[in-house]
Amino acid sequence: MIVRQMKHRDSALWIAALVHRLSGLALAIFLPFHFLALGLAIDSDARFESFLRWTDQPSVKIAEGGLVFLLAVHLLGGLRVLAIENFAWRDGQKQLATLAAALSVLIAIGFLTGVF
Amino acid sequence: MNVRLYVWQRATAAVMAPLVLGHIAVIFYATRQGLSAADILARTRGSIVWAAYYGVFVAAASIHASIGVRNILSEWSPLTERRAGYLAILFGLLLALLGARAVAAVVLS
Repeated sequence: MIVRQMKHRDSALWIAALVHRLSGLALAIFLPFHFLALGLAIDSDARFESFLRWTDQPSVKIAEGGLVFLLAVHLLGGLRVLAIENFAWRDGQKQLATLAAALSVLIAIGFLTGVF
Repeated sequence: MNVRLYVWQRATAAVMAPLVLGHIAVIFYATRQGLSAADILARTRGSIVWAAYYGVFVAAASIHASIGVRNILSEWSPLTERRAGYLAILFGLLLALLGARAVAAVVLS
């Protein structure tokens, strides 16, 4: 019974919905810290510069690559949802969701190759 | 989620879609150029365009994120709808406040 109830979780579109929700949650958690970091420029330009130099560390750059992936996958997943809700239905939603995830990985890799 | 919140979430998503694309382009440009704080602030300070761009972005993101957080809290936590709503409003206000401060920090000279 439970196995049958959980069957939908194998679907690529269920996973796409979960990825969209979790990426949105992660971005929502990150946003206040992002705003606080930018707000350092209110105190002084030197504090903002010091923060930017802290982000030069490889571990921070990798984390930023993760954030770029989250932003891209949330954007592309959201565009797919908006298209489904506002335009005529198109087949191939699983392929579109997979394409969105793949493009997001490529965007994150593009970011990382630029900063390393 | 009621219809009003649904419409607000979709409308703010539609507003943010091009802004996020632009933001990703800005991230790529700034990081590839290795811009310093002085470089960034020289471009943003006193700019009405950057103030408007990121002002709208912060407003839309605050609304969009708070509705999303409300949905998650009401579906995945034991909180009642009402409490989830209050927490989400508080979170949205916090985002709007910190976001407005961040925009002011990089735009006002």
